[in-house]
Amino acid sequence: MTIALAIAVLGVLAIVFGLILAFAAKIFEVEVDPRLPQIQAALAGANCGGCGYPGCAGCAEAMLAGKAPVTACAPAGAEGAAKIAAILGMEAPTGEKMVAHVMCNGGCNAQKNFEYRGVKDCLAATKVCGGDALACKYGCFGFGSCVAACQFDAIHVVDGVAVVDKEKCTNCGACREACPRKLITEVPYKQKVFVNCSNKDKGPAVAKVCANSCIACGMCERTCKFDAIHVIDNVAVIDYDKCKNCTMCAKACPKNAIEPIPTPEEKEKFKAAQKAAAEKKAAAAKAAAEAAAAEAPKAE
Amino acid sequence: MSITSLLAISLGAILTNNFIFSQFLGVCPFLGVSKKIDTAVGMGGAVTFVMALASAFCFFINKVLVALNLEFMQTVAFILVVASLVQFVEMFLKKAIPTLYTALGVYLPLITTNCAVLGVALLNVQNNYNFIESVVYGITGGLGFLLAIFLFAAVREQTEFSETPKAFEGFPIALITSGLIALAFMGFSGLKVW
Repeated sequence: MTIALAIAVLGVLAIVFGLILAFAAKIFEVEVDPRLPQIQAALAGANCGGCGYPGCAGCAEAMLAGKAPVTACAPAGAEGAAKIAAILGMEAPTGEKMVAHVMCNGGCNAQKNFEYRGVKDCLAATKVCGGDALACKYGCFGFGSCVAACQFDAIHVVDGVAVVDKEKCTNCGACREACPRKLITEVPYKQKVFVNCSNKDKGPAVAKVCANSCIACGMCERTCKFDAIHVIDNVAVIDYDKCKNCTMCAKACPKNAIEPIPTPEEKEKFKAAQKAAAEKKAAAAKAAAEAAAAEAPKAE
Repeated sequence: MSITSLLAISLGAILTNNFIFSQFLGVCPFLGVSKKIDTAVGMGGAVTFVMALASAFCFFINKVLVALNLEFMQTVAFILVVASLVQFVEMFLKKAIPTLYTALGVYLPLITTNCAVLGVALLNVQNNYNFIESVVYGITGGLGFLLAIFLFAAVREQTEFSETPKAFEGFPIALITSGLIALAFMGFSGLKVW
């Protein structure tokens, strides 16, 4: 008897609650944009959190609201981005893969003011004596706050400076957030040449604190045939849209601040070629001047 | 029932018999969502809300069960109430206060499996509380949870920066920390409202 009663009571309770919930679902129904489930279907569905939103549902909502780019889902790739762009009625993105890059190659070439032995954290290091442990006010400490932030094992401290493994990088932006000196930027995956220095101080001051620094001499700017590198705020900046990765600026750089750093032989070869070109130009100018001088009396 | 008895219940629920530190209820979300203070406080707020509602509802459900001599069904019935209540609250919040809904996010449905909520309903019955006492016990028990998770999250944010021995990194040090806070809370035992 009790068993029957127990079953009946619980059954009634469950049915009542079920009905209440069913009605509540109708009453409190929130109209969902029909595009939302479509976007979610186009995402990778791994709930990896790489995009920085809580799961794929959160990312889909952010995309719908326009807060996240359609390329936010790295695992879905260009294909997923194109699908989402179609759902949202946008043009498909050009699909260039971007990765993170650390704009510093100081490392062991950078001067240290004192040995910092505090918490192994870059933000903490910037708080000690105004971050004076590293003489360069713009450089990488190499304590690896970005390494800790990376979920994809794509950034490591090599010889005292953080380096991105672009094969593993998903461009999620976690390291950019973590870096207290904002040294990490977004660059195209294809890009090979980088000015790995962010120091905005004047040449002599920069040269004092780091051997591998941009002193804003402008050699790269004069060497570039594509108008792709310019000295802005005392530091050379590459325009990745114009850059053809010819590495001429790297060879011209007297301070090895532009990577890939050429070998000494390459540097010598480049200098010789430049000297020859300069001599040829000078000779041509001289010849032209002589010709003009020779012609001048005739005209009289 | 008087103000003093309600005060005694509140003091017990928040400090001396704290749900987490002396009754060890609701430890799962306590450990799971205590890495950041903001999310910890969000979880604490949501739990307080649901605990208050659950103790009110379960009081009436219990009356029905007692009337039918079905006290042994309390646990099952209360689980049913808590689960549907959380669902209902989630739907209501989504419609009425979307900002709070998004702030609580995934923690709201997580409360369904928080044994502190079921615990408060069962303890109300065990202690023979009347309706007002039950609700007060629910609210203050939730506040106790909020206090505990807030304190723990604040400590845990600091331990992230310290150099922990390899074997203790992550959860082991978190468990040790919570044990130490629980010890500190033992200092409140014997506290009474006259």
